[in-house]
Amino acid sequence: MNFGEGLTPEAFAFGLFTILTLGGALGVVTSLNLVRAAIWLMLSLFGIAGYFVLLSAPFLASVQVLVYIGAIGILFSFAVMLTRGMTNLKERFNDQWWLAGLAALTAFVLLMVGVIVPAFGNSGAPVSDQVTTTVDLGVALVSGNQYVLPFEVASLLLTAAMIGAIVIAREDD
Amino acid sequence: MQCDNIINTLAPCLVQSGWNGDLANFASIFLGVIILATFPLLVTIVLIWFERKFAARIQDRLGPNRVGPFGLLQPFADVIKLLGKEDITPAGADKLIYNIAPVMMVMSVLLIWAVVPLSPIHVGMDLEIGALYIISVASFGTLSVIFASWSSNNKYALLGAFRVVAQLISYEVPLALSLLIPVMLAGSMSLVDITQAQAGMWFIFVAPLSAILFFISSQAETGRAPFDLLEAESELVAGFNIEYSGMKFALFFAGEFMHVFTNGVLMAVLFAGGYIGFGGLENSIPLLGIVFLFLKASVFYMLSLLIRNAIPRVRIDQLMNFNWKFLVPVSIVNVVMMAFLLKVVQALGIAPTPELANDFVANIPQTLVLFAGNVVLGLLVMNTVSSRIRKERLQESANRAIVPMGAGD
Repeated sequence: MNFGEGLTPEAFAFGLFTILTLGGALGVVTSLNLVRAAIWLMLSLFGIAGYFVLLSAPFLASVQVLVYIGAIGILFSFAVMLTRGMTNLKERFNDQWWLAGLAALTAFVLLMVGVIVPAFGNSGAPVSDQVTTTVDLGVALVSGNQYVLPFEVASLLLTAAMIGAIVIAREDD
Repeated sequence: MQCDNIINTLAPCLVQSGWNGDLANFASIFLGVIILATFPLLVTIVLIWFERKFAARIQDRLGPNRVGPFGLLQPFADVIKLLGKEDITPAGADKLIYNIAPVMMVMSVLLIWAVVPLSPIHVGMDLEIGALYIISVASFGTLSVIFASWSSNNKYALLGAFRVVAQLISYEVPLALSLLIPVMLAGSMSLVDITQAQAGMWFIFVAPLSAILFFISSQAETGRAPFDLLEAESELVAGFNIEYSGMKFALFFAGEFMHVFTNGVLMAVLFAGGYIGFGGLENSIPLLGIVFLFLKASVFYMLSLLIRNAIPRVRIDQLMNFNWKFLVPVSIVNVVMMAFLLKVVQALGIAPTPELANDFVANIPQTLVLFAGNVVLGLLVMNTVSSRIRKERLQESANRAIVPMGAGD
């Protein structure tokens, strides 16, 4: 379907997800209520999942929803709800606002210089002509000469973190 | 595609009658979305009546029998009553989130239907990550519980939600692990591929243990008895939905009822061959596939109702023990064992060749090996559990013996 010259459904969806992502991000930093900020964050992360769909990476999109909204988002809301004093803030900024601003600006500039600027202009050509599927991703994660080591190290790290959490949470007896 | 009839090939038929191609596609998809989103809700109306009748018979009552023949119109009367109720929003509630939560609950269930293959040609969207998608959208249900409880500005709702979320997150682990088995057997996460892979042999015979584990954990995910701690009517006022009234309250329940039937459909698709009937009838008349699917789903649905009405509610510590000390270890061992056995079967060369995958007889050797593995694991688990329970019971009676005679009077 074509909505006119240049406005393809993909462009339309891209715009929609951009509004979700940026609007959500704006909501996170401007919201005075921390629970609402957490919800804005989930909206923003949902927009990112949309980008993954547009990039033909459905696996990553699904994992994005599952991990960032289903697990981390819920964890955030829990943590915020349990700290009642933080749910209704009076002021938007504290004394360290310039520090946070500087860090955000540095990260933004680094991203622009490192990723956006080199890729700017050559939009027409695809980065790679290889078409990958979820099966390729799965094979890459467990095959010996590709990503099996990082994969195993990451799982070991997560297991260690989980055991650590259990040790801390356990009552002494 | 050729225009055959209006149900199976709507878009080509519209083009034939002079529609623009893009417009015809859009209309066909749009109509499909509307039907797919409305149909489960309509089924739910009948299911509510059926469930009440079913529960009533088990409890030696008659159930709804005043409105319409056999009380069939009772759900409609209920809906009219609920629509007439006052729509209460508690003071200090976060209005936007308060209103979104019930919709999200229904949405989380409806989204599952988008990937369910209803018949060989009727499927909303054949995602290559279908199984993962099901687990992903389920997290919206958990989220809606949090939204509802927090936005109600009620401490009982919040406390109720903490219980529910602990339960839902915990039972997602065995659910996902048992979902891995059909994915492994079919070699694909797409629900269409999983259904097609069962043309020779249903996965419930190949992996009965995973089917049982999936059924139990999906029952817990719906939050119904024996796992209905979230709104234990006889213990709590209600759970996270305490402040809701009228139609918003009903939406939570519609979501729950629909979830139970959706789980039946998922069981049918993942373990009982989905739309595959007998003699390839579903290929010549695609609409029969929907009938087959729903017949299978109804069997699992009835089983779920039977469990709901027959087994008493568990305590929260029993709930967690049952999950983390029983379901999770068993499903992890199950995944490892099935992966190992599948490799053994392939190495021995008794796995059906790709050409014969749809043949019943060619599937028998592999099924026998995997089934035997499941039975052995099941027996081992039952043995461990029963010896453990016996030990606990002995411990208990030993403790009781120390108490002096008559101390309990």
